[in-house]
Amino acid sequence: MIRVENLVKDYGSLRAVNGINFQVNDGEILGFLGPNGAGKSTTLKMMTTYLAPTSGNVQVDDLNILEHSLEIRRLIGYLPELNPLYVEMNVYDYLQFVASAREITGQAFKKRLGEVVDMCGLRGVIHKYISELSKGYRQRVGLAQAIFHDPKILILDEPSSGLDPNQIVEIRELIKSLGKKKTLIMSSHILQEIELTADRMVIINKGEIVADGTTEELMRSFKGKTVLTLEVKNAHEADVNGIAEAVRTVSVAKIINQNGTLTAQLEYPNTIDPRSEIFDYAVSRRWTILEMSRYRVSLEDVFRTLTVEGGMQNG
Amino acid sequence: MDNIKLIYRKEMDAFFNSPVAYIVLLVFALITSWFFTNTFFLSNQSDLRSLFDVVPLVYLFFVPAITMGLIAREKNSGTMEFLATLPMKDSQIVIGKFLAAVSLIGVGLLFTGMHFITLLFVGTAVDIGAIISGYFGLLLVGSVYTAVGVLGSSITNNQITAFILSFLLIFIFFIMEKILVFVPQFMAAALQFISVDYHLNNISRGVIDSRNLIYFGSLIMFFLIMSTRVLEIRKWR
Repeated sequence: MIRVENLVKDYGSLRAVNGINFQVNDGEILGFLGPNGAGKSTTLKMMTTYLAPTSGNVQVDDLNILEHSLEIRRLIGYLPELNPLYVEMNVYDYLQFVASAREITGQAFKKRLGEVVDMCGLRGVIHKYISELSKGYRQRVGLAQAIFHDPKILILDEPSSGLDPNQIVEIRELIKSLGKKKTLIMSSHILQEIELTADRMVIINKGEIVADGTTEELMRSFKGKTVLTLEVKNAHEADVNGIAEAVRTVSVAKIINQNGTLTAQLEYPNTIDPRSEIFDYAVSRRWTILEMSRYRVSLEDVFRTLTVEGGMQNG
Repeated sequence: MDNIKLIYRKEMDAFFNSPVAYIVLLVFALITSWFFTNTFFLSNQSDLRSLFDVVPLVYLFFVPAITMGLIAREKNSGTMEFLATLPMKDSQIVIGKFLAAVSLIGVGLLFTGMHFITLLFVGTAVDIGAIISGYFGLLLVGSVYTAVGVLGSSITNNQITAFILSFLLIFIFFIMEKILVFVPQFMAAALQFISVDYHLNNISRGVIDSRNLIYFGSLIMFFLIMSTRVLEIRKWR
């Protein structure tokens, strides 16, 4: 189990991470989500002992990052952001270097190399220089490096950034298969990425955690609104505004008048459905309804609202 | 120990898999040969003094050229993050890289061995012992400068900056004894004692004194420890 406790990181006068707390249970796939510059990478860098926290701590089982830095590094496989590789090496030499650093040599290396190469689909490129590889293959090499010592914990910082859609799907499948037996933490600024792979997500913005839970939990806890677009003919603006009084749960967000056609955006809580009352009201006023469409708040909107500046007020 | 060996091997591979090492070595051999042959036949002495005098000067450019990329490049390309999250100590990374650069300087010195062979053919009563200890002294000075270069490379993530920084730091050591005449009397003795030339001259004469060895050893240690500290600072910045 990994426990992040009151973690703070200052870069000079800039507070990149501001006292965050969360837990990752064994075997869990945790999505670490946030817009660019939210403090995701900084947090992961502290968890992998690359950076020391300004205050706070990260506890991995009984070890903590300050006192047991080397022991923790042995437990963790880490794919840093932008996947830095020694491009002047070939894949075999690079993996051999990684393996030696992890004290896997001789027969054990050969055996593990075969497994890793198969897992990451590197069979065809093992003797190629990394500089010759495409971005997708480089990402596989980065993953191979991270999993070579079969770590208990896998930390991937934006594993799919910069890849094309096909490569993203491939890498996602690969990550999913890797995550089956491991504690996996992956960061992303793309929601779908996390939604599809992670058991749980932690959303971070401006160095603080703004949400923590499973997809369903987040959707449920987020008391969003449904937006109903109503397009009507033969109506007056004042009349449309009257909906709010006739149907108490509804509020009118805005009305656009276009050549006698009124488009109104109505809002009401997710928990109720006043559409038939709105319809009845329209009929009683002898409006012609051209369109009535509902827009439910999605997880994407939850994410947007949580991470866009000033979004909380709207939510 | 294994980690030091691992880093050492990686750096050696990197040196010899790129053309830079070959070019730098070639330039080193050419420049030292030029200076050597210019004065060797004029002075008409059966020793390598003219070579040993010029090598520290060539080091001034040669060593920073070798060391500039050692750490700065890893920082610049982001591989430092990969390296520093492997289960190895920063000090092992520094020592491994230092030893690799020293080996490259050793190779450079080997190239100058051709002048030694020339000397054996044309000279008379060659003092082989003095020449061996002279080479040993050059390697020690090269090691000190390399340790300085490692520090220069660890401070920045730009290779050019690292080169200039290392050059300046090495220049301080290089110039120290040469400016003794301008220094007030009471400081001269102290300055002479911390200058590289003074200790190198002792060794070049064929006298390998533990004081000189301790001097070189402690300078190397000092700069390597400083480099390690500089690497560790990144964690806290």
